[in-house]
Amino acid sequence: MDANTFLIQVLNGIQYGLLLFLVASGLTLILGIMGIINLAHGSFYMVGAYLAFSLAQHFGSLWLAMAGGVVIAVAIGLALEWLLISRLYHRDHLYQVLLTYGLILIFEELRSVVFGDDVHGVAIPELLRASIPLTETLSYPVYRLWMSAVCIVLAAGMYLLIQKTRLGMTIRAGAANREMVQSLGININLLYRLVFALGVALAAFAGMIAAPVASVFPGMGNQVLIVCFVVVVIGGIGSVKGAMLAAVLIGLVDTFGKVLTLQIGGVQLLPELSGMMIYVLMAAVLLARPQGLFGKRA
Amino acid sequence: MPRTTRATAVLLLCLLALALLPLFAEKYYIQLFTKMMIMAVFAMSLDLLVGFAGLVSLGHAAFFGLAGYALAFAAPQYEAANLWLSLPLAMACSGLLALVIGALVLRTSGIYFIMVTLAFAQMLFFLFHDTKIGGGADGIYVYAKPAAAIAGWEPFTLENYTHFYFVMLVLLVLVYVALRRLLDSPFGRVIVGIRVNEQRMRSLGYRTFRYKLVCFVLAGMLAGMAGYFAAAQFGFVSPETLSWHQSGGVLMMVILGGMGTLTGAVVGAFAMILLELGLQGLPEIGGMDIAKHWQLFMGAFIVGAVLLLPHGLLSLFRLGSRLRRKPAGAHDE
Repeated sequence: MDANTFLIQVLNGIQYGLLLFLVASGLTLILGIMGIINLAHGSFYMVGAYLAFSLAQHFGSLWLAMAGGVVIAVAIGLALEWLLISRLYHRDHLYQVLLTYGLILIFEELRSVVFGDDVHGVAIPELLRASIPLTETLSYPVYRLWMSAVCIVLAAGMYLLIQKTRLGMTIRAGAANREMVQSLGININLLYRLVFALGVALAAFAGMIAAPVASVFPGMGNQVLIVCFVVVVIGGIGSVKGAMLAAVLIGLVDTFGKVLTLQIGGVQLLPELSGMMIYVLMAAVLLARPQGLFGKRA
Repeated sequence: MPRTTRATAVLLLCLLALALLPLFAEKYYIQLFTKMMIMAVFAMSLDLLVGFAGLVSLGHAAFFGLAGYALAFAAPQYEAANLWLSLPLAMACSGLLALVIGALVLRTSGIYFIMVTLAFAQMLFFLFHDTKIGGGADGIYVYAKPAAAIAGWEPFTLENYTHFYFVMLVLLVLVYVALRRLLDSPFGRVIVGIRVNEQRMRSLGYRTFRYKLVCFVLAGMLAGMAGYFAAAQFGFVSPETLSWHQSGGVLMMVILGGMGTLTGAVVGAFAMILLELGLQGLPEIGGMDIAKHWQLFMGAFIVGAVLLLPHGLLSLFRLGSRLRRKPAGAHDE
């Protein structure tokens, strides 16, 4: 593997990792702050991608589709929290698993009813269609760089929101002690609703910007969900910083697992077993630190 | 009649009905009920973890599917495997996997445990899905059902669907009784104690990790038993048997039936499969193919059940008996 291919793979890995971060950060926030295990989080990613696909056809512009899509995603998040999730705060994790599993089935079938089961493509916007040439044969698409940049900007925004604003302060306080925050006169239910909607919007947005490069297909949500679980487990529940580190780590491991070849004792290990690599990584982290890299010991 | 006696009576009546079913049912229904009993064993094995030990596993299909693959590998091509050798082998494979996975995942608890069990099951899924072991994504056929011959004498043959039915019925009862006895034993009391308060059990001097691990391995082996017979009945094993839909589905059976009661797991398994079948049989309404999109209604049913039936389907009966016993005009509290 020469330097240019290596660079491309590193960029791809980081870009995939940053995309995972957008989905996983919402998952880890909802878990850490609200104590809700949300299996349907991957469905929001799928919803985002399908929104981008259908709205882009409707408006003729991916930018408008994204703007409209985020608004719809926030609305979906607020409605779901209000109707269903808010009834789960005092229930066992089991029921959260069950209800959100039911939501997956609903979202997946609604998708099938409305859009069918075909794979769809979304065009890259005119503005970002260029590629940066590296050598005579290799080049790197601008759109992927733009994706990484957007993810980094959003990550920075989230950091500022949670660490530096008054709203972020109340959210963190709510995670530490729900009753105390409530008795200080803060509407914790509204706070939770906002956090949930933020998580949904982030996942949906990730689906929207991924749509042009990853295409739009049935089952795309579940694939992302399980990888994001691994991200959250490695990073530590509730830790946005941990999610960031773990996501990029997994993005790199997964990307290089697919391009490297490794043979031990005549048995081809990579890329055949690349799908397992991230789970092996997770097992290793669990052995060393059961609470994840940045998690607090329970 | 006291409550426990009545419950036993209902249980025995159901058992009698199951035993008499092949007398008047067609082949299709006998095979359907065989499948339901296989899934009931699977659900009970998970209930041991979820309902009694308090370990919510979302990766239980790993043990179910692995045993199916073990049968496929143990069988000589186009010929039947020996039941008495391949069944213990398949269960041992699942048990061994449970030992390895359990040793890792039991270091975690709560939400972590849910996610980590899921991730390990996915790891196995990708192993069978992405490599050529076991035919990759296409799966592998089990051409002949395992043969039960011992030195020329054949007590039953699984190729006969009625025999298969009764073998499963006997196994269902055996597993139920064995688990019942296990849970009433000192070991079972410790397991339940761990669910209620692990700290306290530890301070009483129990090595809780070992108890949980034994429980995890046992549940894995029983899931393996179910997976073995599922593969034998279906004649085909694919990575789908390891998938998290399978794990989620069986978890639904346990919770919907009412976890922490073995009968609940059995009721849940029967109810889910019947519901699935019922939804798939629905006609087209208003231009929408309901049978094709049955999962939409399954999802709605699950969401509704969580919100309205916090203690599972069995609580419906309890609700019914409570209403009947209440004198007219009486109010709660």
